[in-house]
Amino acid sequence: MKHICPPATRPPAGGTSDCPPERKQTPRGGVRLTIDGLDVTVDQQTSVLEAARFLGLEIPTLCHDDALTPYGGCRLCVVEIGKGDKARLVSSCTYPAEDGLAVRTNTKRVVRTRKMLVELLLSIAPSSKNIQDLAARFGVQRNRFKPKYEDCILCGLCVRMCREQMMSGAIDFVGRGQKRRITTPFDKKSDLCRTCGGCQYVCPVCTLRCQGPSAPTDVCGSCLTMEPTCTDKFDEYMCYLGPTGVCGTCVSENKKCEESGGTKELCHTANTTQQPRR
Amino acid sequence: MTATIKKLKDLTREKERIAKAREAYPFCITISSGTCGLAKGSGELVKAMQAAVKGLGLSKKVLVKSTGCHGFCDIEPVVHVAPQGILYQKVAPENAKEILSETVLRNNVLDKLLYTDPRSGQKVRYAQEIPFYKAQRRLLTKANDLVDPESIDDYIAIGGYRALAKALLEMNPEKVIDEAKKSRLRGRGGAGFPTGFKWEFCRRAKSDVKYVICNADEGDPGAYMDRSLLEGNPHSALEGMAIGAFAIGAREGIIYVRHEYPLAVRNIRQAVAQAKRRGLLGKNIFGSGFSFDVHIERGAGAFVCGEETALINSVQGLRGEPKQRPPFPAVRGLWGKPTNINNVETWASVPIIINKGGDWFARIGTEASGGTKIFSLVGKCAHTGLVEVPIGTSLREIIYNIGGGIKGEGDFKAVQTGGPSGGCLPRHLIDLPVDYDTLAKAGSIMGSGGMIVMDDSTCMVDVAKYFLNFLRNESCGKCLSCREGTQRLYEIVERICEGNGKEEDLDLLEELAQVVKDSSLCGLGQTAPNPVLSTLRYFRREYEAHIKDKRCPAGVCKSLIQYVIDGEKCIGCTLCMKQCPVNAITGELKKVHKVDSDKCIRCGVCVESCKPKAIFVV
Repeated sequence: MKHICPPATRPPAGGTSDCPPERKQTPRGGVRLTIDGLDVTVDQQTSVLEAARFLGLEIPTLCHDDALTPYGGCRLCVVEIGKGDKARLVSSCTYPAEDGLAVRTNTKRVVRTRKMLVELLLSIAPSSKNIQDLAARFGVQRNRFKPKYEDCILCGLCVRMCREQMMSGAIDFVGRGQKRRITTPFDKKSDLCRTCGGCQYVCPVCTLRCQGPSAPTDVCGSCLTMEPTCTDKFDEYMCYLGPTGVCGTCVSENKKCEESGGTKELCHTANTTQQPRR
Repeated sequence: MTATIKKLKDLTREKERIAKAREAYPFCITISSGTCGLAKGSGELVKAMQAAVKGLGLSKKVLVKSTGCHGFCDIEPVVHVAPQGILYQKVAPENAKEILSETVLRNNVLDKLLYTDPRSGQKVRYAQEIPFYKAQRRLLTKANDLVDPESIDDYIAIGGYRALAKALLEMNPEKVIDEAKKSRLRGRGGAGFPTGFKWEFCRRAKSDVKYVICNADEGDPGAYMDRSLLEGNPHSALEGMAIGAFAIGAREGIIYVRHEYPLAVRNIRQAVAQAKRRGLLGKNIFGSGFSFDVHIERGAGAFVCGEETALINSVQGLRGEPKQRPPFPAVRGLWGKPTNINNVETWASVPIIINKGGDWFARIGTEASGGTKIFSLVGKCAHTGLVEVPIGTSLREIIYNIGGGIKGEGDFKAVQTGGPSGGCLPRHLIDLPVDYDTLAKAGSIMGSGGMIVMDDSTCMVDVAKYFLNFLRNESCGKCLSCREGTQRLYEIVERICEGNGKEEDLDLLEELAQVVKDSSLCGLGQTAPNPVLSTLRYFRREYEAHIKDKRCPAGVCKSLIQYVIDGEKCIGCTLCMKQCPVNAITGELKKVHKVDSDKCIRCGVCVESCKPKAIFVV
């Protein structure tokens, strides 16, 4: 029988074969891909990030929220696809899972890129706890750029939150390049804004400030250990600020209090925001 | 009067009618009036010529035609006298009468208006003998010399819309796509994707509504190929779009043109209206049952809107920001429908392919890429302008043979290809054939065809700084890597230019540039570090001189140079003293002057004013 090529989906690469590479078809509308060597079958329209998380693989994100449309702005979630010369990085939150896709989530190139991206983030908003944590996680121990001390990294979470979840659309991006920022139309109080606070709620940077002792450098390093400092003194976390409780405020306040002559017990009771639950 | 063209017969009849009408005029004077020509006064020239024709009572003998740009910017405005075929350069309105009375009536050639070949020093009469034109292969731009962009008749007269008739009446969509594939035409917008395959994807996408878009958002500084085509010959792009739409099954087309091109907008708008009036656009074209309509969208001038997904967003009224591909526009594009986007030059190549056949077209270029490409040759080149050559022509051929080498006394140093996100290629790569793949290998890109020639008075670090500045402002700002990365790259390069660079800056530059290239979403970010990477690759010594020796070898970076007066050459004329805006030069008449470096702002006025050339840069 005469050999018939399957209908081409791409131009044959390099002309080495008579037919373009055949693609495995997965039954029932799912797509099959490998992530870090693990086979996974997911529904169509699933992103690579979701597929990886389904496998329990961790990919860092900053501008991603499961309840909002993927945006692909922070680029932290980059993964490597393709082989040889054609290998490239794509943002896994926006890249759709495709049949036969081979994804690698932690190659040298990926890690190097993420490190540099974290360093860039650090130079924008060194006072953000989330970013300091990311720096700690990726072992970024220096910042070679001039710090800007800004509050916004333009991840766009608030914009999407306002539009998609609050059905408002009171804020959006304006300008491009260096002049890009998030604001209300014409920088005036928007009638659409109900001051619901949704934007603040999703912000990964401005709401959660590093409150620890101010570090001598932009990389504070206090969080490198990732241990809650309160548990040195108490049996449980002492903080309102999320589950990690690593802000370190209490420790520094205690120290100050003790130095100014207070007794240990007195200082600790005065400075804890919450009584330990017994 | 204008008759509607309903069948192929009508087109042929129209062509004959127009040819006959033209024959009534024994003489035709063509004046190039593209934007560049208008800037040099061709508008007044056209008026003066028309008045002179009237004044001399030649209205029935001489046809005055204003066309688009002829490509040779240096000699604008150009007047072409037919049937003699004589070309006059830099014609002023007051020459109009002379041309008519001497050349047209008495058949005398006006020597003073002829072009002088700088190499042989001889006067050249005919366009095809000028070296700038001689070495070119003008498939697309040739029509600019012949066609009045405001008249569809002119386009029909040179065989316009015959390709559309051929495609609609003699071919089927598959055959058109086949022909496009055979031609090995690759997208002229920069990415170089094979056009035939692109059409095929879009044709395969299942949808009742599809779109074709003509991308005329040309944002590269110093590049104007698309503008020139839209201004000079708008119908060719329109015809190409109609053929493409027939091939992929679209019924609607959009031309996305930047608002900064007022003449292009006007001409293409007129062209669309004319084609609609003649029935060459609209319902049931040539009685084939194929209908196609075109709208014009004006862009607000963001560089990033040349990227196809950003362009689609912009057309939809959203922010001009790129989106993730896949899904590719061929699957889900404008309004969620399959969309095919090609650049003006690509569309304009299509009628030629259909008329002459894909194989013919493919033979012109290289093995991987067929046809010709228009480059806008600018910078320190003796002859600047639009240059159309077969793909695969060497840089040397373009810069030396066509461009006439370096302007002035300097030496060739580098050529920057592909617009702001292209790379700088040094002297030893001058024999490189210009092709999508070879340029990419050398660290540059073909881009949409910008070509900036630089001589040894150019500082490569300063060049990198210039392009980074453009890119950091034109990045849409969505990706952290591109927005923040280009800004930081700029800051580092700026620091180096100011003499505050550190040795580890070069490593940081390379590291950051690689990350920006790797992790950005769209073509802008992925190519943005090219100016830095290519200059670092080929001109690392210059960076090192800035950092280690605190010296700018080309004498450009203001913080690193000083002006010094040569005591032996200075004649003490006090001219520089008078010109200096900050009174940094002191001295007395007929005595050697001195520059106070602390006061000096390095504006260079003194160097220009010094007659004996006694002031130099260290």
